[in-house]
Amino acid sequence: MAGLIRALLMLALLAPALAQAAIEVRDFDDPVMRERFESLTATLRCPKCQNQAIGDSDSPIAGDMRERVHEQLQAGRSDKEILDFMVRRFGDYVLYNPRLEGRTLLLWGLPAALVLGGGLLVALLVRARRRASAGRLSDEERARLDALLEREDDR
Amino acid sequence: MTRRLLLLLPLAGFLVLAVFLYRGLSIDPAERDSALMAEPFPAFTLTTLADPERSLDESLLKGRVTLVNVWGEWCPTCKQEMPQLLELADRGVRLVGVDYKDTREKGREFLSEFGNPFEVNLFDPEGSLGFDLGVYGAPETFLVDAEGVIRYHHTGYITPQDVERVILPEVATWQD
Repeated sequence: MAGLIRALLMLALLAPALAQAAIEVRDFDDPVMRERFESLTATLRCPKCQNQAIGDSDSPIAGDMRERVHEQLQAGRSDKEILDFMVRRFGDYVLYNPRLEGRTLLLWGLPAALVLGGGLLVALLVRARRRASAGRLSDEERARLDALLEREDDR
Repeated sequence: MTRRLLLLLPLAGFLVLAVFLYRGLSIDPAERDSALMAEPFPAFTLTTLADPERSLDESLLKGRVTLVNVWGEWCPTCKQEMPQLLELADRGVRLVGVDYKDTREKGREFLSEFGNPFEVNLFDPEGSLGFDLGVYGAPETFLVDAEGVIRYHHTGYITPQDVERVILPEVATWQD
């Protein structure tokens, strides 16, 4: 029993190493290039696996895409050019960071609009309530309130 | 009165959200339109599966409506799809195959075992044409019109029902 547990534990410890082995190691002479490669492969979404960046996926298409990103970086392409290249083939789906354009205006604008609208609503409600509660005092109450406040000042 | 209506605002918001979420339940995220819809078929130069000496390019797809099917020997659903493709060929649809990430021997074996509905098969061992087509699995099928423009994209395998219901009507639409 203890042997089995130990074996399972070993397997569990090895699992991350095995998972990582599926993604190839690349050499970069230039650390900036490496950084760009890593950020690009983290923002491109694997078209096959629904919610994994190509940098994390061992599906064959993710491997192909990493290969192209690497090739194009070496060829001196800009990040935007590389992203355009991928979008032309796989569509907007591969961008984890959707672009701001006509079609995505709602996507980007809606959260901001909701926050603004909500804030406006709260402000209006607070103002309305304040006005309502202030208006509810009768002349007699107001006089008493003034008197109380005055007494407070004298102290 | 208007204040009363204001109270319904959260309910309205909830309903809108519910409609969107309910719609989301029935959307298959694997079924997306190709990014190449209404775009010209990507340029390529590939040899044929049958003859390593014979190479073809995108002009192959000009002049006639063509169904381009991306397949591979390693792909189990491609085997299930073959009877439908054979039927489409019988019905006079022009089919061009792309043998995707395969070896020549395996590709040829596949065709001799399951039949060959294709006028010609392009051999794409590196998956370069597949990549330019945005293919991320096989089988995938593209309908290309006589001008060489992609008009319809089918991800996953073509079921027997799809032949009548989807593929043949699409072919007929673009043939005119």
